[in-house]
Amino acid sequence: MEEFAQLLDRLVLTPARNGKLTLLVDYFRDTPDPDRGLALAALTGDLNIANVKPAMIRGLIAERMDEQLFAYSYDYVGDLAETISLVWSTDEPIRANAVPMLGDIVTSLARASRSDAVRLVEKWLDQLDASARYALLKLVTGGLRIGVSARLAKQALAQFGDVDVTEIEELWHGLKPPYEPLFAWLENRAGKPQSLAAAPFRPVMLSTPLEEPDYSKVNAEDYAAEWKWDGIRVQLTAEDGQRRIYSRTGDDISHAFPDIADFMTFEGTLDGELLVARSADSGVEIGAFGDLQQRLNRKTVSAKQLESHPAFVRLYDLLFDGEADIRALPFAERRTRLENFVKQLEPTRFDLSPLVSYSTFEDLVELRKNPPHPIIEGLMLKQRCSAYVPGRPKGPWFKWKRDPFTIDAVLVYAQRGHGKRSSYYSDYTFAVWTGPETGPHLVPVGKAYFGFTDDELKQLDAFVRNNTTERFGPVRSVRAEPEHGLVLEVAFEGLNRSKRHKSGVAMRFPRISRLRWDKPPIEADRLETLEALLRGSETAD
Amino acid sequence: MLNRPEALLCSTPAGLYSPAGDFYIDPVRSVDRALITHGHSDHARSGHQKVMATQQTLDIMGLRYGANFAGEMQAAELGKTVKINGVSVGFHPAGHVLGSAQIAVEKDGMRIVASGDYKRRADPTCLGFEPVACDVFITEATFALPVFRHPDSRDEIAKLLKSVDQFPERSHLVGAYALGKAQRVIRMLRDAGYGRTIYIHGALAKLCDYYQSQGIDLGPLASATVETGSVQDFAGAVVIGPPAAFVDRWARRFPDPVSCFASGWMRIRQRARQQGVELPIILSDHCDWDELTGTITELGPSQVWVTHGREEALVRWCDLKGFAARPLHLVGYEDEGD
Repeated sequence: MEEFAQLLDRLVLTPARNGKLTLLVDYFRDTPDPDRGLALAALTGDLNIANVKPAMIRGLIAERMDEQLFAYSYDYVGDLAETISLVWSTDEPIRANAVPMLGDIVTSLARASRSDAVRLVEKWLDQLDASARYALLKLVTGGLRIGVSARLAKQALAQFGDVDVTEIEELWHGLKPPYEPLFAWLENRAGKPQSLAAAPFRPVMLSTPLEEPDYSKVNAEDYAAEWKWDGIRVQLTAEDGQRRIYSRTGDDISHAFPDIADFMTFEGTLDGELLVARSADSGVEIGAFGDLQQRLNRKTVSAKQLESHPAFVRLYDLLFDGEADIRALPFAERRTRLENFVKQLEPTRFDLSPLVSYSTFEDLVELRKNPPHPIIEGLMLKQRCSAYVPGRPKGPWFKWKRDPFTIDAVLVYAQRGHGKRSSYYSDYTFAVWTGPETGPHLVPVGKAYFGFTDDELKQLDAFVRNNTTERFGPVRSVRAEPEHGLVLEVAFEGLNRSKRHKSGVAMRFPRISRLRWDKPPIEADRLETLEALLRGSETAD
Repeated sequence: MLNRPEALLCSTPAGLYSPAGDFYIDPVRSVDRALITHGHSDHARSGHQKVMATQQTLDIMGLRYGANFAGEMQAAELGKTVKINGVSVGFHPAGHVLGSAQIAVEKDGMRIVASGDYKRRADPTCLGFEPVACDVFITEATFALPVFRHPDSRDEIAKLLKSVDQFPERSHLVGAYALGKAQRVIRMLRDAGYGRTIYIHGALAKLCDYYQSQGIDLGPLASATVETGSVQDFAGAVVIGPPAAFVDRWARRFPDPVSCFASGWMRIRQRARQQGVELPIILSDHCDWDELTGTITELGPSQVWVTHGREEALVRWCDLKGFAARPLHLVGYEDEGD
């Protein structure tokens, strides 16, 4: 348990992905089964253990400690689990051989009733050190949020066993904590586990961006064109009565989309784009990406949301036709089979992503510039002879995104970065003008921390240090006046409405595209420009 | 006969003052006569007329402020008593940093111990705290909340060494206050078997030299400059400097640094997070909660005066345990000085 606690402590404070990977790989190497597998499950959210209510934990500390001293402590620390882990004291000395293992804790909790669980927790709190007490409390109250995605954990496993991450993704859904056969394979002690589960995930084929030197390769004879829809890529698989919806990294998201799963009456595996859309007499009305976000990252979905934000899948490809694995067939052939396959599907839930006809490259340039729908984020170009292969091979599939939106905004706050950038002010909050033309003020619209070169970072950092007006911990506010300040050209992929931001808009994927030293701040954009863009993106046809 | 301890020592805007002896302890303004507990800059200021402190504290003040930091200096010998205007004054080890002392003042059978900053656990770079029986004990309260229970210092150093092993391509920048903490970290790394050259920020050089001259072996040290080599020289190295330097441009010379901070404040995760610390090293030169309450219990004074820090929690604890206690509300001592 203490090794797990130390891992958590370091993961929380390690910002860099590579640093996290090193910590995870070392932990997998140094920790025996079943602890490492249980830790993995805890990190990826796959560990279901008895839930102990925070109020019950508070009850435990109230039995042991003066209320006022606890209140001072909690007030100072701010986090209940952390406060209790720190103030907990016992007269018993901690004995090395009595420290419970993560495995003991999980096993005992699985058997315990809720009231027994609280007493178990109390006993363990006496046996663990402060860091492990914190981990335990976060674990049993279900509050373990430490910035490790399932994707990152799988990447660490791949690195640990020196295998490709797609191999892990493919196996993942046949495996259960504590993943002993998986670790045995990764350590070359056993063969690769066979995926026994029905409806497993099949690694997704990805595209590379189309860039200038490759323009000449693209012609109508070799490449089919298709719109790139702005939703999330999913894989739908139905086999032997099992229905699963996977994200493109193999996370099972079926539970959040019963309105799709209920209609997966087919046998086979489809590749498509998950959208929020409603079918009407005139066709399918697609919602903005912001509407889809209402449905993402939820454990359950309410009847109201099913009604207000119905899910829909626009299909790109067919991987399994019934039991037949057709991934090795050329795209053109799979596409023909997909067109037939779609006919049996419920039209209010599924449709076919149409091919876009063109004859010359200039036609594509024009199409990309003027897509017929705001939810289109560009074009996909797929070689007609391409097999469906995992990963991101260069050549068979290209994505050609439309140019990003840009605005000119004013730098208002800068925050120190982490790791390599800890001595630089490298996270920038930028604002646009709002209010009357004669006396406008700035309202923040977003934050960006990349897009600039190393040289530009030095210039930005120097500007921040020389123009600081106030400091709040790691944040500085900088001079941003009509005639004095720094204008940033910010590129972004789209806008969502946001209740959390004062401006009412949230940018997707914002980055700094240029430093406009030449431009006085008063000439930066106004909020109205963003609002108009937002309205434009919501007007579905 | 002094029947009120306030006639022997009381708090004033300039700091703790003895009306009976006409001297101050750790005054925050320039005064005629100052008794100094230790060399940290919030306790030991320059510009007093007469200063009395241990020889080591005087030496440290000289290093920081120049040889003429006061009009007249008097070295106090530990354990010996001298009279100042009829008040007996004695200096006793406080275990905080090299040269640190508690100051016991006594007149007519009333003894007050102003402990300054102190700690109870072993520190290879200074003498350990010596309990002095007293009527009134003045205690600091920097970490006076039950959440502060410093873990075993050796385990914290082991954490740092483990990370150095784990990330051999990165440098470990350890933030540590220039007086006391930095040398303690270095000495503890040596005790843990780390023999490689440790790089230090320029601000530490004089104090490290002084510690060495006082017989505290810090092993091979080198200044953390890039003039002599390339950035890659620091891959896998341990670099120690004052915390403020790490957010400064100075830190850019190190390859992908792991920022570490050796401080009692690192017990609180949010503190570490806010400061961008990747590896908190919980190592303090102050007492933790158990040591504060343990010291009061051990001394059993008839009154406890609580100063700089979280006074209210320690006063509450004293109330619960039946010790008469009150906060002193002295100003000018930095909370962050650990």
